[in-house]
Amino acid sequence: MTNSPPVDALENSPELALIASILAGDREKFHLLIRPYETQLYRTAVALLKNEADAEDVVQDAVLKAYRKLASFRGDSKFSTWLIAITLNEARGRLRRDNRAAVDSIDELREGNTDYTPAPLTDWREVPLAMLERQEIRALVQKAVSELPDSYREIVTLRDVEELSVNDTASLLGISISSVKVRLHRARMMLQKKLAPQLKMVAAPQRKRRLLGRLPWF
Amino acid sequence: MVLNCRHVWEHISEYIDGTLDPQVRADVERHLAHCEICSAIIDATRNIIILTADDRVFELPIDFSKRLHARIDEFLQHEHPEPG
Repeated sequence: MTNSPPVDALENSPELALIASILAGDREKFHLLIRPYETQLYRTAVALLKNEADAEDVVQDAVLKAYRKLASFRGDSKFSTWLIAITLNEARGRLRRDNRAAVDSIDELREGNTDYTPAPLTDWREVPLAMLERQEIRALVQKAVSELPDSYREIVTLRDVEELSVNDTASLLGISISSVKVRLHRARMMLQKKLAPQLKMVAAPQRKRRLLGRLPWF
Repeated sequence: MVLNCRHVWEHISEYIDGTLDPQVRADVERHLAHCEICSAIIDATRNIIILTADDRVFELPIDFSKRLHARIDEFLQHEHPEPG
């Protein structure tokens, strides 16, 4: 993070050019710089904090911090990753303030010693995106994510909500790639165990199978 | 290597991400070819991952963007980025 971006990178990236002009005094352009990422930042914050008002505060604080620290962004990571890192730190700070860390570490220990058995289902195979039109289903998914222990929720947020790579996730969280994989696996299995039976039950009355066959994995 | 169901469950996440070692992947696939239960568990897990990634699950509150940019505006009036 100590070298300036190469001249080529600056010329080839409208985003780096935008940052350069903001730093040169055209401050209003910061709106344009942030706009493409605000949804992603909110999704990160709300999945971590489980509360819309807190998530909104955290995103606003993170964005203002990004503005203040803009000169320290050197273009050696993606700007989106840099913004997510700031948002993640703000969200973690808020979680710590809420004094929930102690509870979480107990949850994790317990989970680590539990032999995992997935929910045994034999006939829930359709891709259920149409189900998300229903508020009830969105609420179930949100609730299941919100009930994960903090460190698992972070992994699911970064990997499965934001769809960041394993490498980016590892570097954002400061953990190894293998830890990302292990935590992600456990988190996904916890979600599967909780959600699969619930979703199957609410989905059953209006099965939609027309997506079947259009997607490569069926 | 012949895997039982419990072995297969350990590999579900990496199987879905396509990051399993080719030999393990082949072993998992051999198991899936005859195990309906594990196939259904993998499909359900994959479906849940797809649902979690969908934009509609964590939607922006109404006027979120408006409030964010109003706060930025206010901030820009009196703050400058710190020197690098």
